[in-house]
Amino acid sequence: MQKITRDQLITKAVELLSNGTVSAVLGWQKGEFDYDITPAVFTTEEEIKNNFVYNDFCGANFSKYLVAKTKKLEGKILVFLKPCDTYSFNQLLTEHRFDREKVYAVAIGCEGMADVVKLKNKVDGIISIDYKDDAMYVDTLYDGTVKVDYADVLAERCINCKSKKCVAYDELMGEDGEVIDSARFDEVARLEAMTPDERFAFWQNELSRCIRCNACRDACPACTCEKCVFDNPNSGVENKAPANSFEEQMFHIIRAYHVAGRCTDCGECSRVCPQNIPLHLLNRKFIKDINECYGEYQAGAEVGSRAPLVDYTEGDLEPGEVFERGDNNA
Amino acid sequence: MQRIGVFVCWCGSNIAGTVDVKAVAEALKAEPGVVYSTDYQYMCSQAGQNLIIDAVKEHNLTGLVICSCSPRMHEATFRKTAAAAGLNPYMVEIANIREQCSWVHKEMPVGTEKAIILGKAAVAKVNLNTPLTPGESPVTKRALVIGGGIAGIQTALDIADAGFPVDIVETKPTIGGKMAQLDKTFPTLDCAACILTPKMVDVAQHEKIRIFSYSEVTDVKGFVGNFDVTIKKKARFVDETKCTGCGDCVDKCPMKKNPNEFNMGMDNRSAIYIPFAQAVPKVATIDAGACTMLKKGKCGLCSKVCGAGAIDYTQKDEFIEEKYGAIVVATGFNPISMDKFDEYAYNQSKDVITSLEFERLTNAAGPTQGKLLRPSDGKHPHKIVFVQCVGSRCAACAEKGKEYCSKICCMYTAKHAMLTRDKYPDTEVYVFYIDVRTPGKNFDEFYRRAVEEYGVNYIKGMVGKIVPEGDVLKVQASDLISNKQLHIDADLVVLAAAIEPDKSARPLATMLTASMDTNDFFTEAHPKLRPVESPTAGVFLSGACQGPKDIPETVSQAGAAASKVIGLLCKDKLTGNPCIASANEMMCNGCSSCERVCPYGAITYSDKEFRMPDRTTQIRRVASVNPAVCQGCGACTVACPSGAMDLRGFANNQIMAEVDAICK
Repeated sequence: MQKITRDQLITKAVELLSNGTVSAVLGWQKGEFDYDITPAVFTTEEEIKNNFVYNDFCGANFSKYLVAKTKKLEGKILVFLKPCDTYSFNQLLTEHRFDREKVYAVAIGCEGMADVVKLKNKVDGIISIDYKDDAMYVDTLYDGTVKVDYADVLAERCINCKSKKCVAYDELMGEDGEVIDSARFDEVARLEAMTPDERFAFWQNELSRCIRCNACRDACPACTCEKCVFDNPNSGVENKAPANSFEEQMFHIIRAYHVAGRCTDCGECSRVCPQNIPLHLLNRKFIKDINECYGEYQAGAEVGSRAPLVDYTEGDLEPGEVFERGDNNA
Repeated sequence: MQRIGVFVCWCGSNIAGTVDVKAVAEALKAEPGVVYSTDYQYMCSQAGQNLIIDAVKEHNLTGLVICSCSPRMHEATFRKTAAAAGLNPYMVEIANIREQCSWVHKEMPVGTEKAIILGKAAVAKVNLNTPLTPGESPVTKRALVIGGGIAGIQTALDIADAGFPVDIVETKPTIGGKMAQLDKTFPTLDCAACILTPKMVDVAQHEKIRIFSYSEVTDVKGFVGNFDVTIKKKARFVDETKCTGCGDCVDKCPMKKNPNEFNMGMDNRSAIYIPFAQAVPKVATIDAGACTMLKKGKCGLCSKVCGAGAIDYTQKDEFIEEKYGAIVVATGFNPISMDKFDEYAYNQSKDVITSLEFERLTNAAGPTQGKLLRPSDGKHPHKIVFVQCVGSRCAACAEKGKEYCSKICCMYTAKHAMLTRDKYPDTEVYVFYIDVRTPGKNFDEFYRRAVEEYGVNYIKGMVGKIVPEGDVLKVQASDLISNKQLHIDADLVVLAAAIEPDKSARPLATMLTASMDTNDFFTEAHPKLRPVESPTAGVFLSGACQGPKDIPETVSQAGAAASKVIGLLCKDKLTGNPCIASANEMMCNGCSSCERVCPYGAITYSDKEFRMPDRTTQIRRVASVNPAVCQGCGACTVACPSGAMDLRGFANNQIMAEVDAICK
């Protein structure tokens, strides 16, 4: 259950829209179902009052939307950012991907978002959801109203939340939190402890389910290239029918390399994956390695920071040491 | 479609001994685009090159693949051949089937298979090659010499005499380096100061030379002909333009108990000091760590006695930015630390000293005014043991010493032994050695004189242990020739410590992107044919930073480095490398990744207007590469997330084609 309510956000949005601070509002609206919430741009008070929603399924990271939206818009756009979204926001500013002047950012405290898949695994035939203080009450086709604890459907990325601190905003709603010493690398460590064969089998199993829908890339706030290498026929890795079961793995490995050092670990890739592939683990492996090789680094913690992979200091690891690390991990 | 000719070189038996060159030529005939393929004994010879030119004309070739030695060896040769045949020189690719193939394989089938694969990769690349035209860049006609020892001094003088301005950057308060600390020089025994200090004065008086003493290079940007260098002039708290070097401040300074670096810490100097009488520049320097005025704000005596008003306690480090066309590295050497050699009791007894300390003990300007006295009690030593190869040729003890021969120790030890016997005939002198190495003009004669005329006891064998006992040093050693254990009660032991490159060399190499070997000596562009050039264009090597050297060798190398610099600075323009990066603006995200990794500062960003397909105009931030500054290192192409940045001549699709050809 979120402490910030829909009504509070609507009031803020309407206020900023009517006093002319912003000319559009980036928010959430209901999709086909109660749990399937879709990002939307609102430009009138009426639209906002009728369609704006905010609940535990509003997990989408809006930062990336600013790249396209700020280009076309006259005036400013209001964006609501959860703590993890603020990191992506900063990272995109570091990469000069949108004009900060065209954005009015309102950071909102977050209690952790729910995972649709976890909910669907618990209850069938969801009609509507009532968010009460103690739990969700899910109205279903078959079993009447089912009570579901928030903790039981909390998304993985929120269980292992790295930070409740809002690192960028014009205005803060609710309380700012702290950076959390989370257990987010435990699963990566478990994979590292495997033999190469076991690890290969693990990823083969996961990645073989990929249908190459590109949702991970499309949702990823680090993937904002004017032309993605996977859409570029000259890149040599453009989208094509896979010749064998390994090609899709190459897609994910290439993508992980492309966002290495820039990924803020927002977890959107895994959230949007229709095949439930734990893609965030690839990125976390890179983050863990970067932390261990070059010292703790959090992409997006501040604007303009130089990521270790595109920076050089005399204390940097020698290539041979990196190679040995790889050897020891093999 | 290209019409590619493949030329497989035998390199005598260098390649043909391990690679079936005919099979390689035959196999590559079948590759796409290849219309002609042949082999020849020496492709780089005049006859071989003519063969290529004739083939280009006869078969209308548009691209060449030369399967031969490393491109570092003959790429330039074959590019000229291509130009002579009317082709663009960048339509040539070298498949390195010597260094990376025949020399590392023993079996003919293995070598042949790999040579074919390397050839295929080169063919795949040539298929995508496009003609390239190099640009030109101007040359800044000024040289930088880093290090003010004899190497740097000689290089600077030679360059300046040719009419080009030179700056010397020296970390110490004075130039002169190690040679200034020496007493006599082998094999002629002339006094080091007598031959060095006139050169130091020449440097000081030369109108084309500027000396930045007590200074360091902190940043190097740019490239051959156009280096941008930042020099930090450390605060010496004395105005160089006012100080006359009179020394009044040195006499009056109350803080006199600071180890004197110039005398290897064997006596003391004051907090404000001039290293030695002939220092250049002869300007005092305040040791900030020792001066009470700087530490506690009390004293100020030097300021009161200074007639010139040169003392300035508020002086700050100053950063100077200057442009240079060429950089000469002359950072020199140091003796290694004796801390790890417990067996020689260096840290236990004051009477165990290094050879450089011995130089100071026998030098008239040294701590004993040139009288050979024991550091412990000031008595005259009657029995001296010299130990050679302390830390040199030390393969088994790599954590303590160095694997290489330090080269100069045999000769200076012979000098020390001879001079001791000459001045103090009542002194018994022993020299323990592994081998005595005296290759050099008049070197062996010199050593023979020490043995035969001066009666120095040369003993083949190493000292095992030295134990200080009372006022003698108990030396246990073995005499390998008579197969005996020796016990000598010595009054003084002199250790010929190995020499190593100065510690400043490694960070400097990083700044210059110049390569080093595992011992931190700078690597030459070619060990035999380009010994004074670094592989990094515009960076030259002088003296012991490149390897152990004695003075005559250092001076000749210094002159050689100077002549290379003069050759470079004589040119008005340099032909650039056309293999440089360029950004595809339509794909550029404007993320600045490339700008951040570019070591040359060649990339800038600007907002540009773009017409979009829907007839709107969009302003986007995009990268552009300055072709005069880009050196084609390719760092940007791998940093670019979208692949907008590409390197001409090494385009992403060319590299991928090579990889595909290898993996096929």
